[in-house]
Amino acid sequence: MRSELLLIIVGMGIVTYLPRWLPLAFLSRRPLPPWLIEWLDFIPAAVLSALILPAVMTTGEPRRIDLMNPALWVSLPTLFFALRTKSLAGTVLAGMGMYWLISLLT
Amino acid sequence: MNRRERQKAIREGMAAAWPICLGYIAIGLAFGVIARRMGLSLLEIGLMSLLVYAGSAQFIAVSMLGAGAGFLPVVTTTFSVNLRHLLMSSTLSLHLNRLAPGWTALFAYGVTDESFAVNMDRFSRGGWGWRQALAVNHTTNLVWIMSTVAGGIGGQFIPAGAFGIDYALIAMFISLLVFQLRGRLHVLVAAISGLLAVAIAVVLPGNYYILAASLISASAGLALSRVERLRPDKQGKP
Repeated sequence: MRSELLLIIVGMGIVTYLPRWLPLAFLSRRPLPPWLIEWLDFIPAAVLSALILPAVMTTGEPRRIDLMNPALWVSLPTLFFALRTKSLAGTVLAGMGMYWLISLLT
Repeated sequence: MNRRERQKAIREGMAAAWPICLGYIAIGLAFGVIARRMGLSLLEIGLMSLLVYAGSAQFIAVSMLGAGAGFLPVVTTTFSVNLRHLLMSSTLSLHLNRLAPGWTALFAYGVTDESFAVNMDRFSRGGWGWRQALAVNHTTNLVWIMSTVAGGIGGQFIPAGAFGIDYALIAMFISLLVFQLRGRLHVLVAAISGLLAVAIAVVLPGNYYILAASLISASAGLALSRVERLRPDKQGKP
């Protein structure tokens, strides 16, 4: 293995690990103020939405809004399916099936 | 907790990881193919997946390496791409108090967008402990490492996008988002965050949009819940 690449990979590992570890190491050791707990309670919904919408509504580099992205049009019935069934497994399989179907048709 | 209970907890964690594994197989194979094309050996691919374990950062890093970038640009870019995990680990810390430092350190290694989403869902529903969560993190990590190396060996012979596997993680995120929408404020926060993320994503390169949109929208949610509590008709109620 090339030693410069090894050094880069180790460096990448360290800077990736620190943001993952620091909050767990320090926040979990003490009681958090109520406002912070309430704020953190919104984070999962916020993060998930921030992951999903740009992934299905934008394409290209630099990114631009693309309303013809097939993932966007599959996401609407997938969202409806998730709201109706509240089933993770069902939603994943239904979403994949619809996405596959669209990719076969286009 | 006796041995049988511990094994049961680990099995529960592994079972909960399957949608993530599906997605990681698809992305991992694709990463292996590209990394191989950029001149990384199988050992280097496996080592990067083991030591870094972050999909989007690894894709960006190999394309930068392919373009001849050196230590500093690759490592600083990786840092900025993965800074968002700060927020996820902070949120997870609510459920991992009193965990021994060694286990915490091992758990932290496996915090990804996907394991965060699955574990937060399970923690909030109850009956979920650090052993289950740790099993989610490390099952998915193992699948990631194996998929990237497999992609480096023969990923180009596997048809891309079969069975809609490319959509597995988005479908999982949509389902987990629905589980998180526990009230009007959560719906509002998700709507603000998603639209803001799209707006930032088309203006700024990189993926700061995840961190920025989440911070702003969660703060808006907190502010709105405070304002609601101050309204005279709600006074006295928690």
